Amino acid sequence: MPELTPPRREFRNINALNDLPTYRLPAAGWVSILHRISGALMFLLLPLIVWLFDTSVSSEISHDRFQAAFAAGIGFVPGWFLKLVLLAIIWAYLHHLIAGVRHLYMDMTHSVTKEFGKSSAVVTLVLSIGLTVVLGAKLFGLY
Amino acid sequence: MSVNYGSKRVVTGAGYGMRDWLAQRVTAALFALLTLIVVLQVIFTSGPLGYEGWAAIFAPQWMKALSFAVFVALAYHIWIGMRDIWMDYVKPAGIRLVLHVFTIVWLVACLGWAVQVLWRL
Repeated sequence: MPELTPPRREFRNINALNDLPTYRLPAAGWVSILHRISGALMFLLLPLIVWLFDTSVSSEISHDRFQAAFAAGIGFVPGWFLKLVLLAIIWAYLHHLIAGVRHLYMDMTHSVTKEFGKSSAVVTLVLSIGLTVVLGAKLFGLY
Repeated sequence: MSVNYGSKRVVTGAGYGMRDWLAQRVTAALFALLTLIVVLQVIFTSGPLGYEGWAAIFAPQWMKALSFAVFVALAYHIWIGMRDIWMDYVKPAGIRLVLHVFTIVWLVACLGWAVQVLWRL
């Protein structure tokens, strides 16, 4: 007699808005998705990054404009907003760099244990957020 | 399923990811190196950095040449990363093609600008 089992539910696709917020990611999962998000963010902000490089390094006059943009704003963009965007770039770069070093370290040492994956992910998150706070405080003139 | 690894793999000409996997790491290491060079010089500049100190970091010819090479490497790095993102999330071929073309134009334009900045210093 054939066993009657209820048909298994199939999850063929996920809905980004309904399903993704219900996922609980481990630390390594957060590092992974933030690696991707930080990279995409820097890609989208690339013209701004090149503009920052251009105005800061090209001449004394452009350097003054660079500093004035953060102090008093530029065009319709207020200075605090530019600082906030720069803070996002700083975080994105730090996270991307540290998570990348974690990747390289794992590749070179074949560190594939679950424990190392978790502990190194926590280190990555603490370092990137900690350094962002330190540099952000400098950016907003707290010290 | 056809064998797509090892010596008996069915060659399709699509590539097996090794080249991009390695390129992603090499180009990342190059940019980390350039970051290190710049950060160390910023830290060890005596007194406030100002315009003079900042521009002096990129002024030597070797630094321009190195920065140029690393910027090209970085553009390739970003291309691999963004292409992976589009391939993962965007299935319709038409939209994906548009996004790929946009990515390349965006990257080459930014690269050209950055290189111009380097060589008019």
